[in-house]
Amino acid sequence: MAEITGSDVTYVPPAETEEADLYHAHSWVTKYVFSQDAKVIAIQYGATAIAVGVVGLILSSLMRLQLGFPEVFTFIEASHYYQFITMHGMIMVVYLLTALFLGAFGNYLIPLMVGARDMVFPFVNMVSYWTYLVAVLILMASFFVPGGPTGAGWTLYPPNTILPGSPGHEYGILLMLISLAVFIIGFTMGGLNYVVTVLQARTRGMTLMRMPLTIWGIFTATVLALFAFPALFVGAVMMTLDSVLGTSFFMPAIVSQGELLEYGGGSPILFQHLFWFFGHPEVYIVALPAFGIVSDLISVHARRNIFGYRMMVWAIVAIGAISFVVWAHHMYVSGMNLYFGFFFATTTLIIAIPTALKLYNWVLTLWKGNIQFTVPMLFSIAFIITFVNGGITGLFLGNATVDVPLSDTMFVVAHFHMVMGVAPMLVVFGAIYHWYPLLTGRMYNETLGRIHFWVTFLGAYAIFLPLHYIGLLGVPRRYFEMLETTYIPDSVQTLNGFVTVIAVAVALTQLVFFYNLFHSMRNGKLAERNPWKACSLEWQCAESPPGHGNFGKELPLVYRWPYDYGVPGAADDFIPQNTPPSASAPAGET
Amino acid sequence: MGLLEQLRDKPWEAAAGTVDERFGRRSVEMAAPHVGLRVFLGVATVVFCLSIIVYADRMTYGDWSVLPEPWVLWLNTAMLILSSIGLHWAQLSASRGQIDRVRDGLLIGGVFAFMFLAGQLYVSQQLVAQGYYAASNPANSFFYMLTALHAVHLFGGLVAWGRTILKVWQGVKVSDVRMTVEMCAIYWHFLLVVWFVLFGLLLFT
Repeated sequence: MAEITGSDVTYVPPAETEEADLYHAHSWVTKYVFSQDAKVIAIQYGATAIAVGVVGLILSSLMRLQLGFPEVFTFIEASHYYQFITMHGMIMVVYLLTALFLGAFGNYLIPLMVGARDMVFPFVNMVSYWTYLVAVLILMASFFVPGGPTGAGWTLYPPNTILPGSPGHEYGILLMLISLAVFIIGFTMGGLNYVVTVLQARTRGMTLMRMPLTIWGIFTATVLALFAFPALFVGAVMMTLDSVLGTSFFMPAIVSQGELLEYGGGSPILFQHLFWFFGHPEVYIVALPAFGIVSDLISVHARRNIFGYRMMVWAIVAIGAISFVVWAHHMYVSGMNLYFGFFFATTTLIIAIPTALKLYNWVLTLWKGNIQFTVPMLFSIAFIITFVNGGITGLFLGNATVDVPLSDTMFVVAHFHMVMGVAPMLVVFGAIYHWYPLLTGRMYNETLGRIHFWVTFLGAYAIFLPLHYIGLLGVPRRYFEMLETTYIPDSVQTLNGFVTVIAVAVALTQLVFFYNLFHSMRNGKLAERNPWKACSLEWQCAESPPGHGNFGKELPLVYRWPYDYGVPGAADDFIPQNTPPSASAPAGET
Repeated sequence: MGLLEQLRDKPWEAAAGTVDERFGRRSVEMAAPHVGLRVFLGVATVVFCLSIIVYADRMTYGDWSVLPEPWVLWLNTAMLILSSIGLHWAQLSASRGQIDRVRDGLLIGGVFAFMFLAGQLYVSQQLVAQGYYAASNPANSFFYMLTALHAVHLFGGLVAWGRTILKVWQGVKVSDVRMTVEMCAIYWHFLLVVWFVLFGLLLFT
C-alpha cells in the first residue's frame, strides 16, 4: 500500500490537455442509432448480446425438459434437440459472452478507465456493432429456413455437419458459417479499436502499470481474439466451400445413405485442429475479462488494494500466451500421437499455475479486507468458488489418460459449464450491478439483486454438481434420450428430472434481474457520483452518467494506480487516480 | 522507455505518485492509425499462415495432383510489383510534399492493382476452361481459395485507395493525405510479400 505524502514526490502541475478530435452527433439517429460514441455502442452491443443470450437460455431450458422428462414434451424431436444444443452452444460462447465482455464492457469501460474521450476509430467502432448485428440476424434467420438451423453440435465437426444425417445440413450450416465469418470481420474492427485505444490513447499519467486490471483483461483477451478468430474464419471458409462447391478440404471419401459421395481425401481432423486453435483461446477470451473485472470488484468492495498487482498483470499475459499451445487437449480421443498428447497435457497443467496464482491473489486481497457484502461482491466471491470448482475438474480432463473414459460424457458438460458458463456469467452479473449506477445514475434494488444472486448461484450448483456425477456414471452427452440402458441406474433419470426443475426455475429467476434492471432505471434511488467510493477514472467524470466526451473540458491527469484503498494517513479510505499527491496528504503535511 | 521496462513499473510505490511524463500517452511511438494497420497486418498474417499450414498438411495426402502454372501468373506478379512501386513513389512524394506526384503514384499503383485482379480472374477462368475445377482436386481448391483470399484483401485496400485518390483529386493539402498514402503503401507491400509466398507455394509444391 502506498503512503503518499507531498514530501515524498515531485509534484507535477496539471498541464493543459487539448480538446480531442471528437465526433459530435447532429441528429437523434446519429446520436442513438448510428452512434459513434463508444458508450452508446456498448449499450447496443450489450442489449443485442443479452437478447440473443435469452434465446440461448430458452433453448437450454427446452433441452433440459427433454432430458428431465423424455417422451413427455413430444414437440421436441431428436433433430430439434440437436439443433437446440448447437445453437445454444454457439450463441452462448460467441454471440453472448464474447460480444458482451469485449463489445459491451470493452466499449464502455476502456475509454472511461484509461481517460480517453472515445475509441480511436469511432466510425470503425460503429461499423463493428452493425456488422455484429448482421451476424446475429443471419444466425437467427437459420431458425426460419427449410431444414432449420444446423444440428451438428457447436463444434461443427465435419463430415457429419454437411451430410444429410445432420439437421440443417443444407441452409442451416451455411447460415451458421456465414454468420461466424461476418461476426469475425465485425469483431476485428472492434478489436483493433480496443487494442489501439489502450496502447495509444491513455490520458497523461496513465502508464500501462496504472491501468485497472479490467483493462488488462479486456486488452489481452482482445489480442487473443484477434489472433485466434482467424483459425475459425479459415475453417468456416473451407467448410463453406466443401458444402457449396463440393471441395474436399475436410471431407473424406464417404458413403452416405448407401451412396458413395464425390468427396474424397479430406481430413476431418484438420478442421478439429483449426477449430480448437480458436476454441481454446476462446475460453480465455471469455475468462480474462472476467478475471480483470472480478479483480477490480473485489478490490473496491473489500476496500483493499489488489494483492500482487504486477503479478496479476503478468499472469493475465502469461495465460493469454499459453492458451495458444493447449488446444489439442480437446482432441485426446481423435487418435493423436501419444507424445503429442503428452505435450498438450503438460502445457494444460502449466497454464494452471498463473491461473492458481490469480486465485490466491484474490483470496489474499479479501484477507483482512473490510469486505462489503454488496451484490457485486457476492457475485465476485461466487465466481472465485465456481472457477476453482470448474478448474479442478479441468485438471482431470486435461490429463490425456484420465480424459479418455470421461470424454463425451456429461462430466465434460458439467465441467465447461462451470468454468466458462456459470463463472463468467457470475462476473457479468456482478459487473452489471457494479456499474449500473454509472450507466443509469440510479441504484438497483438491493433485495431483488440478492434474490437474483442466491437463486442463480445455488441453482447453478444444484444443476451442475449432479451432472458431474451423472457423467461419472458414463452417461454420454449429446444424446436425445437414454431409454433403458443397462449400465445406467434408474436414479439417473430421477436426478435428471431434479436438474431440469432447478434449471427452469433458475432460468425464470433471470426475469427478476431484468425487472430490477428496467424498473430501477426509472424508480431506483438516485445514485451518488461515486457510490462505491472507487479509485478508477470512470467514477471521476464531471457528470454521472458520463456525457459525450466523457471528461468535460479537460482530460483527467493520473497520479497513481487505481487501488489506493485504506492508505495509512490519507484523509479518506480511497484516493482517486486523479487526486494530486498534495491533495491526498493528511492535514498539516503538504 | 521500452515496453518491458514499462511492465516492470511498481505503481504502488510512493515515487510513482506523480503525473508520469516518461511516456506520455503512447506506448508505441506511432500515430494510432499506423498502430491499427500493424495490428491488422498481424491478423491478416495469421489468416494466411493458417491457410498455408492447412495447405502444407493437406498436400501430404495421396489425392494431391499438381496444378499447371499459367505464364500469366508471372505477368500478374509483375503488375503487383509495379503497383507496389507506384504506391511507394506516392509515399515518397507525399513525404516531400509533392501532391502532383502523389496523384501520379496513386494512379499507377491503383491501375496496376486493378490489372493484377483482372489477370487473376483471367487465370481462374482459363484453369476452369481447361477442366481444373475447384472440386476436382484439393490443389485446385487451395489455388482458388488462396488467390481469392489475397484478392479480397487487395480489394479492401483499393477501397482505401479510392477514398485517398478522391481526396487528392479534390485538391486537399498533401499533409491531409500523407498518412493515408503511407498506410496504403505499407499495405500494398505487405500484400506483395504475401503474393510472393503464395506464388512460391504454387511453384514449388
